Amino acid sequence: MKKEDEIKFDHNEDGIDRRGFLKCMAWAGTGTLCVMKGGVLNSYSLSALSKLDSKATMGELSFVQISDSHMGFNKPANPDVIGTLRAAIDKINALPGNPEFLLHTGDITHLSKPEEFDNVQQILKDAKVKEAFYVPGEHDVAADEGKEYLERYGKETKGAGWHSFDKKGVHFIGLVNVVDLKAGGLGTLGHEQLEWLEDDLKGKKSSTPIVVFAHIPLWSVYPQWGWGTEDSAQALSYLKRFGSVTVLNGHIHQTMQKVEGNVTFHTAASTAFPQPAPGTADSPGPMKVPAEQLRSVLGVTSVNFVRGQKALAVVDSNLS
Amino acid sequence: MEKKVKRTLRILGMAILLVVGFDQATNLVRSANAAPVLNPSTANEMAAEVKIDNFNFSPATLEIKAGTTVTWTNADDIPHTVVSNDKFFKSKPLDTDQKFSFTFEKAGTYPYFCSLHPKMTAKVVVQ
Repeated sequence: MKKEDEIKFDHNEDGIDRRGFLKCMAWAGTGTLCVMKGGVLNSYSLSALSKLDSKATMGELSFVQISDSHMGFNKPANPDVIGTLRAAIDKINALPGNPEFLLHTGDITHLSKPEEFDNVQQILKDAKVKEAFYVPGEHDVAADEGKEYLERYGKETKGAGWHSFDKKGVHFIGLVNVVDLKAGGLGTLGHEQLEWLEDDLKGKKSSTPIVVFAHIPLWSVYPQWGWGTEDSAQALSYLKRFGSVTVLNGHIHQTMQKVEGNVTFHTAASTAFPQPAPGTADSPGPMKVPAEQLRSVLGVTSVNFVRGQKALAVVDSNLS
Repeated sequence: MEKKVKRTLRILGMAILLVVGFDQATNLVRSANAAPVLNPSTANEMAAEVKIDNFNFSPATLEIKAGTTVTWTNADDIPHTVVSNDKFFKSKPLDTDQKFSFTFEKAGTYPYFCSLHPKMTAKVVVQ
């Protein structure tokens, strides 16, 4: 896929044109802060963050996203996933202003082993956030159909672990698209979850900002590698009437953004190992980079919501 | 007289030992011969391998006779599973170099995939 294919034109007349968005794309190894002001997109390099007016980076609600910690992975692409997850937590703890909560968008573990879940839980205890919310990745449910995952994270959830909650007027929806996948197919939400989603959104005002988070991208990043979700179009159809929708995903171990109408899609870096850009390798296997470069391609995402602005500010920062 | 008896007994004993020893030895030779003589043909006919490498099952179509045991080996540095489309057989996630075996008793076509990376599909055809 060519880079320009990932960017759509400004259907929404909200000031985000293709060139503007390209500038804002936070590729691995870089960090960019995007803030919408009066319908105009502003982007700042992360290295300039300290010089910024704090109002640009502060809002009513800020939270962080981490993804794909793959606890238990020990291959050459990163023999120390514990160390890099700890580095991600240090990064979060060093952010200006305490984030309200943490989202983990799945592949918490590599092989869904209890000791792998234990290790992540232990490390996340050090994160200076009040709460953490999760959705599973396919690696978290592969060994036991998600039994271990649901025992730990499923208490307040439905079905395979989908759930929603509200924070300061923003409605958050955690979706599960990694269960009961079909041969030859992509990520799947399934009929039961889609019905729940439609019902969950009923009665919500169209002005309510929505944040959807799920493991596999809800947009078609690169279907040849399974990087997309079969029935995401139906889910997105329920979100059409909302003015501000942000979709946060993991799974592809690299940061990428796309704007489509009222929806901003964003994928987060992994805290464990990078994967190749779409179509740039024979397969999406772990990408080996020189050890000294590894932390520049791993990262955390912080998200800032300012009332009155259409899009949420999404900032990726690497671990180096 | 006593000496003669003792000597006879000793010779007898040695003879028995020799006979038993020889018998055991031939048993050993027999079993050692048995393995390479009997097993190779069954091994070739009744076992087959599928390699999982670079997000592919190889061969993508495996043709075997009924009763064959197929062994999948994951050569990737990421886990994969071997799951038949109708869940007739299903492996745990296989980490690098881990194996999964399944014996196909009945003729038929068995399409399967990796439930972690469902774009990975292949089939076993049993005659």
